[in-house]
Amino acid sequence: MKTYNNRAWFLILPVILCVAFSAILPLMTIVNYSVQDILSPSQKVFVGTEWFRMVMRDSELHGALYRQMIFSLSVLAIQIPLGILIALTMPAQGWKASMSLVLIALPLLIPWNVVGTIWQIFGRGDIGLLGYVVNNAGISYNYTGDSIDAWVTVLVMDIWHWTPLVVLLCYAGLRAIPDAYYQAAKIDGASRWAVFRFIQLPKLRNVLMIAVLLRFMDSFMIYTEPFVLTGGGPGNATTFLSQYLTQKAVGQFDLGPAAAFSLIYFLIILLFCFVLYNWMQRVGTGDKK
Amino acid sequence: MLLALENVSKKVGAEDHIYPLSLSLVPGTINVLLGTTKAGKTTLMRLMAGLDRPTEGRVTVDGRDVTGVSVRERDLAMVYQQFINYPSFTVFDNIASPLRIKGVAESEIKKRVTDMAERLHITPYLQRFPAELSGGQQQRTAMARALIKEAGLLLLDEPLVNLDYKLREELRNELTDLFSEGKTTVVYATTEPLEALQLGGHVAVMHEGSLLQSGSTLDVFNAPNSIQAARTFSDPPINLMHATLESNGTAQLGSGLTLQLSPAQMQKAAGHKEVMLGLRAHSLRLAARYPDDVAIEAEVELAEISGSETYVHVHRGRIALVAQLPGVHDLELGSQCSMYCRPSDLFLYAPDGALLFAPTLTQAGV
Amino acid sequence: MARIELVDLAHAYRPNPSAPSDYALRPMNMQWDDGGAYALLGPSGCGKTTLLNIISGLVRPSHGRVLFDGKDVTNLPPEARNIAQVFQFPVIYDTMTVFDNLAFPLRNRGWKTIDINKRVQQVAEMLELTSDLKHRASGLSVDAKQKISLGRGLVRPDVAAVLFDEPLTVIDPHLKWLLRRKLKEIHHELKLSLIYVTHDQVEALTFADKVVVMTQGEVVQAGTAQELFEEPAHTFVGYFIGNPGMNLLPCKINDGAAHIEGSVIPLSPKASTALNGANGKTTLGIRPEFVECEFEQAPDTTAATVTSVRNLGTHYLAEFKLGDHTIAAKLRQLSASAGDKVWLRLPTERTLYYVNDKRVA
Repeated sequence: MKTYNNRAWFLILPVILCVAFSAILPLMTIVNYSVQDILSPSQKVFVGTEWFRMVMRDSELHGALYRQMIFSLSVLAIQIPLGILIALTMPAQGWKASMSLVLIALPLLIPWNVVGTIWQIFGRGDIGLLGYVVNNAGISYNYTGDSIDAWVTVLVMDIWHWTPLVVLLCYAGLRAIPDAYYQAAKIDGASRWAVFRFIQLPKLRNVLMIAVLLRFMDSFMIYTEPFVLTGGGPGNATTFLSQYLTQKAVGQFDLGPAAAFSLIYFLIILLFCFVLYNWMQRVGTGDKK
Repeated sequence: MLLALENVSKKVGAEDHIYPLSLSLVPGTINVLLGTTKAGKTTLMRLMAGLDRPTEGRVTVDGRDVTGVSVRERDLAMVYQQFINYPSFTVFDNIASPLRIKGVAESEIKKRVTDMAERLHITPYLQRFPAELSGGQQQRTAMARALIKEAGLLLLDEPLVNLDYKLREELRNELTDLFSEGKTTVVYATTEPLEALQLGGHVAVMHEGSLLQSGSTLDVFNAPNSIQAARTFSDPPINLMHATLESNGTAQLGSGLTLQLSPAQMQKAAGHKEVMLGLRAHSLRLAARYPDDVAIEAEVELAEISGSETYVHVHRGRIALVAQLPGVHDLELGSQCSMYCRPSDLFLYAPDGALLFAPTLTQAGV
Repeated sequence: MARIELVDLAHAYRPNPSAPSDYALRPMNMQWDDGGAYALLGPSGCGKTTLLNIISGLVRPSHGRVLFDGKDVTNLPPEARNIAQVFQFPVIYDTMTVFDNLAFPLRNRGWKTIDINKRVQQVAEMLELTSDLKHRASGLSVDAKQKISLGRGLVRPDVAAVLFDEPLTVIDPHLKWLLRRKLKEIHHELKLSLIYVTHDQVEALTFADKVVVMTQGEVVQAGTAQELFEEPAHTFVGYFIGNPGMNLLPCKINDGAAHIEGSVIPLSPKASTALNGANGKTTLGIRPEFVECEFEQAPDTTAATVTSVRNLGTHYLAEFKLGDHTIAAKLRQLSASAGDKVWLRLPTERTLYYVNDKRVA
């Protein structure tokens, strides 16, 4: 649908200016930096695609990318089903519904570095409740020394922090299903599982698509929480892409390669989201006519 | 407002939503757009309103080309299927909103709104919110808001379809009264042929994006120019039978049924060996009424009694017919009966669908 | 197949209803025979959907009992009552094919595949869905989807009753014809008890053997299409049934005749006796289909003026002014125009009289 009212352009001009300053100009700056060697603010040498080639060959980067992929996929594999499950068990109306919504949403309200700090203390073997209980139960648990333990802690922290988002989205999606479907299923004698598989899951498709995209993008760019919790350690066991990038750019002041890396990072996310979105659309093709 | 569409068509991607058509709307009367759900009525209305731009063709108002003009500049009002009102405004404010936008004085607004509410019988609800009203009352509010603008063009997209049957009847009667005054061009989209007949005025019959026929409602009803137009504009469905013509004017319909056509019909059908005969359901009777009535022996399949009428489904061999009989007739399933009709009441269509002969204005039958 | 009885059934939202307005459904008693087709007809908000939901088990009534074949099912949930329900919009399982949709209830009951195939084929044939069996249900047209919804209900051979909640609302008029006919054929073939809720009188009257007319939670009359049309027991039934509804004119009874603003309509002896001493609001009712119009005065006619004549294609609809009141008439033919003076005949055998809205003569 096209509108031929030029007045509309004036109304969105402020937004265009904001987006220009906050996103487009910085993006152009990055593109600019990515093809230059920046020795000092006044000394820039054009190097073409050298940084891009260097970044692609960087084995440390490969490692970070690999760890990031494992992390994001684990996040999706656990948080999406868990979110659906929790949303299914939440009451649909009344004061209990409001209360459970508030409780579920609490982790989302906490500043991200505070989340990291909470879990950092929580997991400590001496003063942390979790660390103390687990160690006393006979399982040796030390997230600062053991890579596996660090991984598990980071995952559990992310699950605790972000599953509520999936829950809220699915909850809204479930409420949108007309009662008649459940009634018809009851009359058809369908089991609880059949109701889930044939009514709820198909009708949640759009909501789940949003949830998957959001969780993927956010987890792929995750920085604050793991940084506060483990600092990327032990060693580089929990150093994910964004942390690696920050180390490069801020720590070593290699703006050129950092800019090149940022662009590649951006393109990777864009590519994944595009593929994911199309795949999910095609899965539901029979429905959309 | 004299609205005209000249060779207008609409393509979305590769799909044709509206095939090229030309249509002139008549002011001071109700222009009905009749067609099934996907016929393109809503798309056409959007083109008339300026909400969509035609892929090709022009839209003119009083002779002026307005094809690219935005909706805001056009003088129109629209009423939708889903009762659309501003939920946070009272009924009074809803109806007053177009006047407030125009900058009319408050005292004038009060007078005009109370008048309009009176006309639409919603005066007791003026201080309520739309959510507190019933469907019929909400739709009246939407209509009041549309009418108070006194726009040159008023578009109604199946406005009564979400209302009760009885309410629909009442509102329809009120609508014909409301629109008979004034210079507004009214366009009313509907899927029901009976509604088109009750609203009178002019009709444009659409089917799958094409304009089949347009003209005064009774003219189109009495002489649909194609088989598809006849099908779209009949409720109960028109009886269609295939026949082979012989030189002496006899039509062979198969299943042992032959009908003798009148000289007028023969003349129009000259040159065609195969024709499609059309017979409206109310042209069939249980007893002979006219001297040239012919009996058709058939077996009763089903009798649907609706109180004022009975719809009888009969068949003879492979010919299936539906008859609309006044009154209650409790015909037994499987029983034999004789249906009477006049061959001169038959419509004749060529195999390609074109109209060859339409019966002269017969007495309407109840 | 079940005989359905409603014993002292009522439904109120508040625990202690006192006034009639507290009830969503006012107390009623009803018996519906096994294998009959019944319609619940009434305007929006009259309680017909509530009644349907009580019969299907989705709502528990606040008073009274529901019996299926003599067994008290009031507290049983829908799945235990062996009923099927078709809703206003098609309810189908999007991800399954048409075949799987129809087979679903049988698979849930643990039927053998061979039996499932046979039964599904049978039902698909009845509903003319055989060619679509392998297609995904979500891609079909709306009327096909409604047929699938219906098919899922019919596929269980032990189904006691099929309940319909305004099922043709989303269907086009042309397809409504076909579906209505299909429903009637299925009824003849399977002899199931069918209960149909609608606000469309044509649907109700053509579909059902007996129609229950409701308004504001009350059952006003239950009868065949003919009874409701020719002998409405309540002015509401007269008004609601018929297109347009019955002409209802307030009148005064005097000297064996009804007086309406100066016009005198003689009463038949039977009506005269029945109306003798009647106390309350008297209304004269006559259906537009029975009003006759003459151009010359005759002994049993009353003078009136034509206000409008409309040609509706299959008949003429004329409106006349009788004193202050309007009378509508449906005529096969009328060559008159607004302003003409005519004489109307109201045949005594078709003229009905109501006192306080209830039929008396």
